[in-house]
Amino acid sequence: MATYLEFIQQNEERDGVRFSWNVWPSSRLEATRMVVPLACLLTPLKERPDLPPVQYEPVLCSRPTCKAVLNPLCQVDYRAKLWACNFCFQRNQFPPAYAGISEVNQPAELMPQFSTIEYIVQRGPQTPLIFLYVVDTCLEEEDLQALKESLQMSLSLLPADALVGLITFGRMVQVHELSCEGISKSYVFRGTKDLTAKQIQDMLGLSRPAVPVQQGRPLQTQEQPAISSRFLQPVHKIDMNLTDLLGELQRDPWPVTQGKRPLRSTGVALSIAVGLLEGTFPNTGARIMLFTGGPPTQGPGMVVGDELKTPIRSWHDIEKDNARFMKKATKHYETLANRTAANGHCIDIYACALDQTGLLEMKCCANLTGGHMVMGDSFNTSLFKQTFQRVFNKGFNGDFRMAFGASLEVKTSRELKIAGAIGPCVSLNAKGPCVSENELGIGGTSQWKICSLDPSTTLAIYFEVVNQHNAPIPQGGRGAVQFVTQYQHSSTQKRIRVTTIARNWADAQSQLQHIEAAFDQEAAAVLMARLGVYRAESEEGPDVLRWLDRQLIRLCQKFGQYNKDDPNSFRLSESFSLYPQFMFHLRRSPFLQVFNNSPDESSYYRHHFARQDLTQSLIMIQPILYAYSFHGPPEPVLLDSSSILPDRILLMDTFFQIVIYLGETIAQWQKAGYQDMPEYENFKHLLQAPLDDAQEILQTRFPMPRYIHTEHGGSQARFLLSKVNPSQTHNNLYAWGQESGAPILTDDVSLQVFMDHLKKLAVSSAS
Amino acid sequence: MSVNQQTHTGPPYGQPQPGYQGYQQPAYGGQPLPGVPHSQYGVYNGPMPGYQQPVPPQGTSHQGPLPPSVSQGLPLAQPPFSGQPVSTQRLPTQVPGFASPPSSTGIGPSSYPPTTGAPRPPTMPGPPLPVQTAAGPPTSQPNHVSSPPPPPSTLSGPYQGPPMSGLRGPPPPTHPPQPGYQMQQNGSFEQVRGPQTNYGGAYPGTPNYGSQPGPPPPPKRLDPDSIPSPQLNELPPQQKPRHRIDPDAIPSPIQVIEDDRSNRGSEPFVTGVRGQVPPLVTTNFLVKDQGNASPRYIRCTSYNIPCTSDMAKQSQVPLAAVIKPLATLPPDETLPYLVDHGESGPVRCNRCKAYMCPFMQFIEGGRRFQCCFCSCVTEVPPHYFQHLDHTGKRVDFYDRPELSLGSYEFLATVDYCKNNKFPSPPAFIFMIDVSYNAVKSGLVRLICEELKSLLDYLPREGNMEESAIRVGFVTYNKVLHFYNVKSSLAQPQMMVVSDVADMFVPLLDGFLVNVNESRTVIISLLDQIPEMFADTRETETVFGPVIQAGLEALKAAECAGKLFIFHTSLPIAEAPGKLKNRDDKKLINTDKEKTLFQPQTSFYNNLAKDCVAQGCCVDLFLFPNQYLDVATLGIVTYQTGGSIYKYAYFQLETDQDRFLNDLRRDVQKEVGFDAVMRVRTSTGIRATDFFGAFFMSNTTDVEMAGLDCDKTITVEFKHDDKLSEDSGALLQCALLYTSCAGQRRLRIHNLSLNCCTQLADLYRNCETDTLINYLAKYAYRGVLNSPVKTVRDALINQCAQILACYRKNCASPSSAGQLILPECMKLLPVYLNCVLKSDVLQPGLEVTTDDRAYIRQLVTSMDVAETNVFFYPRLLPVTKADVDSDSLPAAIRNSEERLSKGDIYLLENGLNIFVWVGVNVQQGLIQNLFGVSSFSQISSTLNTLPVLENPFSKKVRSIIDMLQVQRSRYMKLIIVKQEDKLEMLFKQFLVEDKSLTGGASYVDFLCHMHKEIRQLLS
Repeated sequence: MATYLEFIQQNEERDGVRFSWNVWPSSRLEATRMVVPLACLLTPLKERPDLPPVQYEPVLCSRPTCKAVLNPLCQVDYRAKLWACNFCFQRNQFPPAYAGISEVNQPAELMPQFSTIEYIVQRGPQTPLIFLYVVDTCLEEEDLQALKESLQMSLSLLPADALVGLITFGRMVQVHELSCEGISKSYVFRGTKDLTAKQIQDMLGLSRPAVPVQQGRPLQTQEQPAISSRFLQPVHKIDMNLTDLLGELQRDPWPVTQGKRPLRSTGVALSIAVGLLEGTFPNTGARIMLFTGGPPTQGPGMVVGDELKTPIRSWHDIEKDNARFMKKATKHYETLANRTAANGHCIDIYACALDQTGLLEMKCCANLTGGHMVMGDSFNTSLFKQTFQRVFNKGFNGDFRMAFGASLEVKTSRELKIAGAIGPCVSLNAKGPCVSENELGIGGTSQWKICSLDPSTTLAIYFEVVNQHNAPIPQGGRGAVQFVTQYQHSSTQKRIRVTTIARNWADAQSQLQHIEAAFDQEAAAVLMARLGVYRAESEEGPDVLRWLDRQLIRLCQKFGQYNKDDPNSFRLSESFSLYPQFMFHLRRSPFLQVFNNSPDESSYYRHHFARQDLTQSLIMIQPILYAYSFHGPPEPVLLDSSSILPDRILLMDTFFQIVIYLGETIAQWQKAGYQDMPEYENFKHLLQAPLDDAQEILQTRFPMPRYIHTEHGGSQARFLLSKVNPSQTHNNLYAWGQESGAPILTDDVSLQVFMDHLKKLAVSSAS
Repeated sequence: MSVNQQTHTGPPYGQPQPGYQGYQQPAYGGQPLPGVPHSQYGVYNGPMPGYQQPVPPQGTSHQGPLPPSVSQGLPLAQPPFSGQPVSTQRLPTQVPGFASPPSSTGIGPSSYPPTTGAPRPPTMPGPPLPVQTAAGPPTSQPNHVSSPPPPPSTLSGPYQGPPMSGLRGPPPPTHPPQPGYQMQQNGSFEQVRGPQTNYGGAYPGTPNYGSQPGPPPPPKRLDPDSIPSPQLNELPPQQKPRHRIDPDAIPSPIQVIEDDRSNRGSEPFVTGVRGQVPPLVTTNFLVKDQGNASPRYIRCTSYNIPCTSDMAKQSQVPLAAVIKPLATLPPDETLPYLVDHGESGPVRCNRCKAYMCPFMQFIEGGRRFQCCFCSCVTEVPPHYFQHLDHTGKRVDFYDRPELSLGSYEFLATVDYCKNNKFPSPPAFIFMIDVSYNAVKSGLVRLICEELKSLLDYLPREGNMEESAIRVGFVTYNKVLHFYNVKSSLAQPQMMVVSDVADMFVPLLDGFLVNVNESRTVIISLLDQIPEMFADTRETETVFGPVIQAGLEALKAAECAGKLFIFHTSLPIAEAPGKLKNRDDKKLINTDKEKTLFQPQTSFYNNLAKDCVAQGCCVDLFLFPNQYLDVATLGIVTYQTGGSIYKYAYFQLETDQDRFLNDLRRDVQKEVGFDAVMRVRTSTGIRATDFFGAFFMSNTTDVEMAGLDCDKTITVEFKHDDKLSEDSGALLQCALLYTSCAGQRRLRIHNLSLNCCTQLADLYRNCETDTLINYLAKYAYRGVLNSPVKTVRDALINQCAQILACYRKNCASPSSAGQLILPECMKLLPVYLNCVLKSDVLQPGLEVTTDDRAYIRQLVTSMDVAETNVFFYPRLLPVTKADVDSDSLPAAIRNSEERLSKGDIYLLENGLNIFVWVGVNVQQGLIQNLFGVSSFSQISSTLNTLPVLENPFSKKVRSIIDMLQVQRSRYMKLIIVKQEDKLEMLFKQFLVEDKSLTGGASYVDFLCHMHKEIRQLLS
């Protein structure tokens, strides 16, 4: 089956698509029996250095309800200059520009290797990118200083014509007017009062009818730029100015009495930022970048009161319905997030504090708009500094790795319908014939808006096979899906990327082995995980675990080979073999387990899980563990307590953390200083090797992982111990009786136990 | 009257005596005039023979004895009343003689004849006019003694003799009977003037006086019934001649003022004695505090209070005190001492909480003291104990200001502070309107420029090196701009708050700063403000949020302070306190007229309450080009003890000096914050009503966010029990305030008054100026709730009752046709008429609704001196000024007929100074004063006199400067050429004349008053 693996990989590389099933069951009934839904992970802007964009408009199917884009799967009549839409079978005339078309003179979009193609189109005026900094000033001096420096540095990373704006907040919210000579001006808002967009715009003097602007003569022609220019200015014009302004930023001057939290008006600040952009640059690429160092403590969106004696809500409080501000705050941020999404802007949240900062309530701001969410302990850490810097990283062609205001449209052939999507997007509520009534994730639409995305942003899209059992698909029939992503490129160009894929249909009864063989268990695991997390977010937690278990059991029942009621006879084919293990780790992951995590952390983890590509997602589900020892080259080892050996250095990558763990002996050697002795240079190299590898991961990952260097018995070793499969615990330590591995103090079941149960249940005739 | 009288007297002095006696004599009775004059006249008249002649005869008629001059026959002569009693009281120290009786003014000259003086032969009933008690009544001579130098003496002599106003005043009038006079009447004006103008110089010389009398006599007696009613101008023009009464025959304010000045100006007023009537506000005198508060702090309508409420009611004389707790003292008087009693705080009565004062009685060897207010006995705290000497005085009597002085201060302890925390130093916040109008007129630039230097002159405590006051800056139009001027900033920061619906202060640190520390940032800010808004097109403004912003800033800084708001237009922008233009002149003279004075929304009342609670005083500088509803905008200012300044149609060139002077003075003047004033009284009377710029949350405490040295509170007292003549009545005004350095202090003023069982005593110890102050404030408050006409009628009625009561109970019997006025109140009618004619109660043609509201509020916190000159402007003939002396020329009466075409006059009323130039003024004078060669070249748009190097110009300018210094506001200078358009405006201030809008002339009003009195008596 190497071919399927290759096929899958090839498809992913070319189209950024991974389907759970690469051969599709041909009827609705069979599809539901497959347990894992027909779905795919789509990375709309997957980097394709080998794919030059074409500089013309795509050709669309003329049927108003279809409008699919001409693609390699279409049948073309070169003589009649006609093409048949492969989704609706409408026959279309080629546009005049295609007059010279022939078998040998095909446009790119008809060539099979261009199943993914990108068009550059000229539409509307191009507006520069907009970056609106929303900065918390209730920080410790050191933190603020570090943040200021990061922000100043970021100015040099922005494109010269990008517009920047600055809003600071503490007890009050200040919208800074840029480009003022001699005196710095800002508009100040009370942090406790929620204002409507209209009010905000009026107060900022942005309302259109209000011709008499504060100052400057209103030039009829340039009125709009003139108005907004007070708050949003091209970087190249005001970078000196803004650098000074940032330099002069002071901590919030309002006194904070002992036993109180500073009053922080995050809710209003965001609301104003949203209102400002809404009024000035709707539907243009813009990032609102929120930097906050603590929870909102007043006004709409407050998460906790300012009394320090009242701790911020925990999962325990939430379960007990004891988080008094949560619902209201969440509602506030949701409203904002939806408005932002409607305007095509995005909100990034950079939250750096030792305690929680209200990410739970604010998560939707980033989740719905495609913004980043970064959590750190302090702005004065390399984690934040480098992560932030990485936001402005450039891709292979020198463009920012960010795109804006995307809308993703999915078109399917008739046998398929769209059930929904899960990812950093919002529904555009585009009903249509290919929209399923059953929703999975954000459903009821065939279009979604992704306000901000980067080359790794990945959506899970779920389908439903609607073909009835009694209407068989002819042998060799293929189902097709087209993904049309329109977006604003970071160069401000409007672009459209079209990916069209097709898969074979197969009759599940006669050709189950084909279907089975074409199962992509990695994609399936991630897709199921996304569903699980999505449910966990929106529904009750424990039920999700039960649901996942049931799905797993059903899958095993369906595809396992076993004798009834004989667990020992249970076998799974290769293409399913890893799946249960993924589920085992998923069950223990912070995406579904809230134990030991704050609500903020959970939100943070889930945020990233819902947008990363398959590889990263898998790492999140089942961290990677490498071992370094004198016994051989570095090798991946089982994520198992048995891998923890005294003479090994382990490197674990959980996506969020990079842990380097020195085994007991190694740690002792290091303490003894052998690495400094010339004769033990190889030890020095051994110590260095995981560091270098870690560096490599650190360099590429966004957000920067927490980097943990620990050793046997170190307090930080918990990061490792909590992840490995507890095959040895204090309960069974002596039963195993070997010297290998380290016992984990936990009552969690080990993978072995889990598998045993699974087999038992799968083969049980009772279920 | 007074004028005449005085003048007469003046001259007479010299030789009068004989004449006097004659006067006083019964002869009078028959004769129209008191005899007094004649002799004098004779003398005076030297120049004008004709007149004199007539005089003498009359004079003879006057019998000295009759104290009150009763003018008979004629309508209004009033007898001075019995001079005897009065005098004594007034000048206890002085001559034993009687106090001059009340001045009676004979209105109708003719009426005089009969004046029957008070019986007392020896002493003439006080010479009514000269109010100066100084003049011993009857015996001219003795009186003199007391009276100052010669000039006064002249007065005293004759006049006093004839206590009756009738007498004095009359003298001139007396003439009338003679035929010759009448003749003159007709053409007499000029002659009349002659005399008056002379006044200035005349005083010294006296001779002129004589001349005056001459003219008056003409009128026949007025038939009371046919007396014109002042209000209504009932008299058809043709009738007038018939009733013509000689203006010189009626009491003259000028005469009274001059007499008081000469009689009482030279010796210090020592406050040691209970119930003394102080010199008039127009007199320069020195005060020595010996146990009672200086009249600069407290003046009363009467220094002799009726013992019972029945008496008080009967007399209708309001019992009121006009208190100016932080009054500025002349340099040669000492400021109240600051007493520090340490942690225990001031010693107070246990029951009524009165503060230790000179009237507390120490008993039991000094171990206890009995409260002079409530009689409760309180232990003397051990640390305060002191032995008593043989007279029962504490041995340390002279060492302790609170035992020996009428006014002093205590350092307050923390118990007297808000929230039991010592206050922080106050702050000044400058809030500048930067809307289009303000910027265009150059106002914004002007203010900013001025502030740069002005900030170095913030009030300082005593001899502190720098002011403790912090400053902050706000500009605004439809939104507010706050400025961060923290010293550490390289440049100021502007913070715009556009959420005017819910005002707040955007910053704490850096808003209120020390001037010296933040100087460079502030200067930079003030440089930039005009530039920043140079191109503004914003015409709308807010107002409520501006005050709220200041208030919030002070709240945030936890201090009291003052907002200086420079505002230009009706706040129509959408915001709390938004106003509509509701000006409607049609409402005048309707029942709805009062709404023009009422605020159109209660928003500002509530705001004011909050401001007072925080100690946020609001000073308002208005620069309107149209109606901006002063009645509403001024509410907060008014209730927080602030000041309003208004510059209509502000133009940089013409109004800059005035505004800047006002601003400088306003910023620099002494001010206290977060003040609470309580007036305690001895058992028997009680403070029941308060007038002024303040807020009251209960019935006793007057709360003022700010109180400056010009603000006055008028307090009315009512009986709630009987008083005793022995113990008198005491007032203690305690003002708790925060000084400009943030020190919490108590300022205490004590005043002891006499009590009387005889109405005559009451009338003899009244002060008309104070009375007018009270009545004006009372009436001005009345217009808020009642139609103006009702208010006016009530005023007239009350005064009629006061005078009728006197006539009925104090004056000796006389013909009903005679008008007899108490000496102390002889100016009541003329002043009252001025009040009735004032713009609030009877708007002139060009007076806007805003002006009326402005003046209404202004008057409410005026002191007695200010109301005096405001209602009866000072008219100075500058051409008569002696260029070599630094004295002012003597004032003349406010009547057109006193103006000579060949002279130049100054008229000031505290708000304006007019320079009136007659058409026939010598070219030389015009050249000297205006630097132009002819009358026609004088520009009436000048707002200042050119600086020319010649004695006349210097003199006039120095006079103007002198006047400016005396007033709390810089007066607007207006040049009026005779027969020019502006003269109409000017004429409104000639208050003795009939006004264009129906205000009665003095003569007519006096007749009307007489009629009213007669009706009451019948």
